[in-house]
Amino acid sequence: MDRFVFLTVDGLSRGAVYAAFALALVLIWRAARVVNFAQGAMAVAAAYVAYTVSTATGSYWLGFVVAIVAGLLLGALVDRVVMRHVDHASPLNPVIVALGLVLLIQAVLGMVYGSEFRPAEAPFSRSALTVGGVAVLSPYDLFVFATIGVVVSGLAWMFARTPVGLRMRAAAFAPEVSRLLGVNVGGMLTLGWALASGVGALAAMLVLPTELGLHPHAMDLVFVSAFTAAVVGGLDSPPGAVVGGLVVGLLLSYVSGYAGSDLTPLAVLVLLLAVLLVRPGGLFAPVAARRV
Amino acid sequence: MTATDLLVVRGLVAGYGAAPVLRAIDLTVPAGTIAAVVGANGAGKTTLLRALSGMIRPAAGQVLLAGEDLRGTPVEQLVRRGMAHVPEGRGVISELTVDENLRLGGLWRRDRADAGRALDEVYQLFEPLARRRRHLGHQLSGGERQMLALGRALVGRPRLLLLDEPSLGLAPRVVARTMALLRQLRDRTGLTVLLVEQNVRSALAVADQGVVMSLGRVVIAAPAVQLRDDVDLRHAYLGF
Repeated sequence: MDRFVFLTVDGLSRGAVYAAFALALVLIWRAARVVNFAQGAMAVAAAYVAYTVSTATGSYWLGFVVAIVAGLLLGALVDRVVMRHVDHASPLNPVIVALGLVLLIQAVLGMVYGSEFRPAEAPFSRSALTVGGVAVLSPYDLFVFATIGVVVSGLAWMFARTPVGLRMRAAAFAPEVSRLLGVNVGGMLTLGWALASGVGALAAMLVLPTELGLHPHAMDLVFVSAFTAAVVGGLDSPPGAVVGGLVVGLLLSYVSGYAGSDLTPLAVLVLLLAVLLVRPGGLFAPVAARRV
Repeated sequence: MTATDLLVVRGLVAGYGAAPVLRAIDLTVPAGTIAAVVGANGAGKTTLLRALSGMIRPAAGQVLLAGEDLRGTPVEQLVRRGMAHVPEGRGVISELTVDENLRLGGLWRRDRADAGRALDEVYQLFEPLARRRRHLGHQLSGGERQMLALGRALVGRPRLLLLDEPSLGLAPRVVARTMALLRQLRDRTGLTVLLVEQNVRSALAVADQGVVMSLGRVVIAAPAVQLRDDVDLRHAYLGF
């Protein structure tokens, strides 16, 4: 039972990170109809910037803030410099370009920082507090839950309640009509990329201390898990991404805890395959037709 | 051009790809009047509206709104110049609620207080929308979508309203109500309307000026009354 509680909490903590990362994928998918395969690499790049700042200044928090800012800027840059100029007539084009971006970013990071693992420090203790003799939550887990809770509800509030959120949704659903109503659709697209990339950078900062550390490929498996989470929830559904992330986190935690950690990459792929076969639109696919 | 002409189009050439759909369009719409553009399918009516609102770039010619040349103005700026375009099929965003669709029409305005007043006025004008604020666009009937599209344009308090086939797919009673509303808006607020219609009879019934297009050209621009009453003209170009 103790083990089950531990695995559940651990799974939810990792799942929260997958949820944020999946949410970032969904943001870009909804705005630009692109699955951003470069998101993992972009997030690692932001984390390296944070690493540089943190080692130079000795402040974790300065690095943390810089990572998010770097993520925001990198997202805007990728949209303006690369994706805006890709012909979207075939959905494959942006995917290939994104994969090219992965190679480029990882190669540049390898050249600048080398490909050995760098330590990623955690700002809080990762040893679990015990409640009634059962190891439950570490302070770091609490930090992860709180941060992602704030970011996810902040984004939800922004999209549902603010003028800029309304503009972003309108621009994503009906770009031509939105322009006629005075919405700067190109600007909204860039903002979407920036936000998604910022969320991705945050997720990387939260997950890296729980893994082997910083490495150009450090987010590869996280990306696959988050992508699976997004597909489980349905690429069009932000709440789906969050639920999908938690589900994938729990599943991986149970598989690694009860069946062995070697099996986790396999478990992700099996889940991805199963969802694509049974319900390709995702569990939260909207029922209503998009265009009437 | 006189001081009261709100829209002046001179020698407008536009189209998709190499072949122009519009061949040298000349058109003048005085402020506070309704102009109805009629003509057969493929005459270039929708293309004319799309060229006016910058959704396609004209190859040549001039579009003046209240004397200001609109050339090179990005589409999203036109609403700030006082032009509202309700596109073919009306462009209601079905994933947004009625209220969100309407608010979107006034988001660009700096005068937030007046944008709020305009929103209230639209809800008074279209009672059924006020009852369905929280409904999604795709839950509305055809008539309600029409109201929503018109209302959303009016929230921006435009000087010139471009309407593409407002009668499309609507019951005759709803069409009549829409046309009456346009006349009412013209008389009460001085709104200028450029209306593209297949439904020639109801368009000419409400319009001050009738513009007949054929194969990308304006062949007649005359007072609507004259077009309605001239049997030969009607037979030649309008088929009734």
